[in-house]
Amino acid sequence: MSEIILEAKAINKSFHDPVTIPILKDITFSVNKGEFVSVIGKSGCGKSTLLYILSTMDTDYEGELYIDRQLMNHLKEGELARIRNEKIGFVFQFHYLLNEFNVLRNVMLPGIKLGKYAAKEVEHRAMEKLKILGIDDQALKLPNQLSGGQKQRVAIARALINDPHIIMGDEPTGNLDKKNSETVFDIFQQLTKEFNQTLLIVTHDNEFASRTQRIIEMQDGRILKQ
Amino acid sequence: MNSKLIFEIAKSLLLARWKQSMVAAVGVTFSIAMFITLLGFMTGLNDMLDGLILNRTPHVRLFNEVKPNPEQPTALVKGLGYVFIQSIKPTGNGQNVDNVSAILQALRKDNRVLGVSPKVTAQVFYNVGNIDITGVINGVDVEAEQKLFHFSDYVTKGNPTDLKNVPNSIILGKAAAEKMMASIGDVIQVTTSRGDRQPLKVVGLFQSGLQDLDKVQSFASLATTQKLLGKPASYITDINIKSVDILSAPAMANEYRKLFATDAEDIQTANSQFETGSSVRSVISYAVGITLLIVAGFGIYNILNMMIYEKMDSIAILKATGFSGSDVKNIFITIALTIGFFGGLFGLIFGLLLSNIVDNIPFNTAGLPTIKTFPVNYSLKFYVIGMVFSLITTYLAGMFPARKASKIDPVIIIRGK
Ligand SMILES: Nc1ncnc2c1ncn2[C@@H]1O[C@H](COP(=O)(O)OP(=O)(O)OP(=O)(O)O)[C@@H](O)[C@H]1O
Ligand SMILES: [Mg+2]
Repeated sequence: MSEIILEAKAINKSFHDPVTIPILKDITFSVNKGEFVSVIGKSGCGKSTLLYILSTMDTDYEGELYIDRQLMNHLKEGELARIRNEKIGFVFQFHYLLNEFNVLRNVMLPGIKLGKYAAKEVEHRAMEKLKILGIDDQALKLPNQLSGGQKQRVAIARALINDPHIIMGDEPTGNLDKKNSETVFDIFQQLTKEFNQTLLIVTHDNEFASRTQRIIEMQDGRILKQ
Repeated sequence: MNSKLIFEIAKSLLLARWKQSMVAAVGVTFSIAMFITLLGFMTGLNDMLDGLILNRTPHVRLFNEVKPNPEQPTALVKGLGYVFIQSIKPTGNGQNVDNVSAILQALRKDNRVLGVSPKVTAQVFYNVGNIDITGVINGVDVEAEQKLFHFSDYVTKGNPTDLKNVPNSIILGKAAAEKMMASIGDVIQVTTSRGDRQPLKVVGLFQSGLQDLDKVQSFASLATTQKLLGKPASYITDINIKSVDILSAPAMANEYRKLFATDAEDIQTANSQFETGSSVRSVISYAVGITLLIVAGFGIYNILNMMIYEKMDSIAILKATGFSGSDVKNIFITIALTIGFFGGLFGLIFGLLLSNIVDNIPFNTAGLPTIKTFPVNYSLKFYVIGMVFSLITTYLAGMFPARKASKIDPVIIIRGK
C-alpha cells in the first residue's frame, strides 16, 4: 500500500451566479506518493475549478479534502496558506513571477516565507532547483529578461523550493511551443523518477497526458475514467 | 524572518513605483512641515501674548479688599429687641495687609512658592503745570520684581536698579512720560491722595505693551512709595506670589485665604480669558495640520490603490505560494507607513527650517519692546506629535487598500489569465 498524498471525497461545487449551476459533481479520487497524474477533459468541464479546490485556494465547496491525511475543511485562512506554502507547489499557465525580484529571489520567496532554513541555505537550495531545471545560469536575471520557456521553468523551480508533497499544474505547458512543452514534460518526468515527486497536472494536450502514469478524465463535472 | 521578508517585498513594490510614492510622501512632508511651522508660530504667539500679561501677573496675589465687616453690629446683638446704632466709623488701616513679615516668612518657607514680591500701590496725581493726571505708583522690591516678573524687559530706557540706588526716584510709564514731556534725569512732581506733594527723579521709562497701562502706571521702590504715603515700612498692600507650578495657584490661593486671613486671588480666576485665546489658537493649528494630513492621506490611499491594482498578479501568486491575507495586508501597511515615516521625517526637517525662517522675519511693534522677530516655539512636543500624526494618518490611509489587498481571491485573478 503506497502512501496517499491527496484525497478527495465526494466533492461538489456549484456557482450561484446568477442561477445555481452545479460544476463539480461527486468527485472522489486519491493520488499516491510519487504518482504522475494528468487530468483531461473538454474545455469548461471543471478541471481548473477542481484544481483550485484541491489546492485549498477555493474553500467554497461540499465534500472532504485530505492533504497528507489532514482534513482541510474548516481550517482557517492562515492555516491553509501555511499548508500551501509547505506542502503544495504550483505551476500555472502564466508564470506569475514577480518582476521586481531576480530569478533566484523569486524562487527563494516561498522558501523564506516557510522559514524552515536560514536565508543562506534557502539560496543554496534555490540554486540547486534551478540547476535541476537547467537555468542556474539565469539566476541573477530579472524575469522579463527570460524567454517564455525559461520563465515557466523558473516557476517550476519556485514550486519545488519547499520540497512539496505534491505539485499541481493548470496547463503549465499551455503557453509554450512544442519544444518547450517537451522540455517541461521531461522535467516533470525526471522529478517523478529521480525525486519521487507527486504531480497532478491539468492539461489539454492528449499526447502529454498519454505519457503520464495515470489519466483522470472528466466530463461535465464528473470523473469519467481514472 | 517573516517581517524581514514582508519588509523586503514592501520595499521592492515601493521602489517599483518610486515616483508616485515620492509624490505621496511629499504630500505628507508638506502637511507636517506646515503643521510644525504653524503650531510653532501659534504657540510662539501664545507664549508672547501670555508673557505680555501672565508673565507679569502674580500667580497668587494676597491683598486686603476694603469691604464691609461681615459681622455687622446689629447681628452681634441679636435677640435684644430694638437696637440703635450711632456714629460707627471705619477703623483699621484700609488696604494694608496685616502681619506682613510673618506672612512673607511663611511664604518663603513654602516650597510650592518660587518667590514673593511685596508691593505697595499708591494713587497719585502727576502734576503737569497746573493740570493733574491720575496715576498709580507701584512700590516694588526691584530685585524680586526683576527675578519673578521680568521687570527689566519692560524698562526700555534707564536702569531698573537705579530705583533702589537713587533715593526718591521713579520709572515712568512711557505714555505718561510723553504727556509730561519728562525724560531721564528730569524731576517730576506728584501729589498723593492725602494732598502731599513730592518731587521724584525720573530714572527710567517703562513700556508694558499695553498703552492704557503705560499712561497710568509707574514704578518706585518700596521705601519711596511708603514714604510718599506716609506709612511705615510694614505697610504693604499686595503680596505677589509666583508659584512653581502655575496650575496649583487656585489651591494655594484658597489655602492662603484661610491661613493668612487676607484676600487671595489666583491667576486663573483673574485672567481666565487668556486661557481661552491660547486654546483657540492651538485648536486652529491642529485643525489646519490635521486637514492637510487628511489630504496627504488621500494621496497615500490613491497610490496604494494603484499599486494593488497593478500588482494583482503578484498578490495572487504570493497568496497561492503561502502568504496569508494578513501577510499581504502587512506588506501594504508597511508601504504606507514607510511613506508616512519618511514623508513625516522630512516634514519635521522642513518644518524646523521653515520655523527658523519665520523666526528670523523682523517683527517690530512699539507695543512689544522685547520682540524683534516673529515669535516661534520649538517645543519637541510638536515634533513628536507631528511624527505620530503622520504615522497614524498614513496607517489609516493604508489600512483600507491593504484590507482590500488581503481579501483578493487568487482564484479569481488566476482564472482571469
Ligand atoms: N466565477 C464563475 N461563475 C460562474 N461560473 C463559472 C465561474 N468560473 C467558472 N465557471 C464555469 O465553470 C465551468 C468550469 O470552469 P473551469 O474553468 O473549471 O473549466 P476548465 O475545465 O478548466 O476549462 P478549460 O479547459 O477551458 O480551462 C465553466 O462552465 C465555467 O463557465
Ligand atoms: Mg482551465
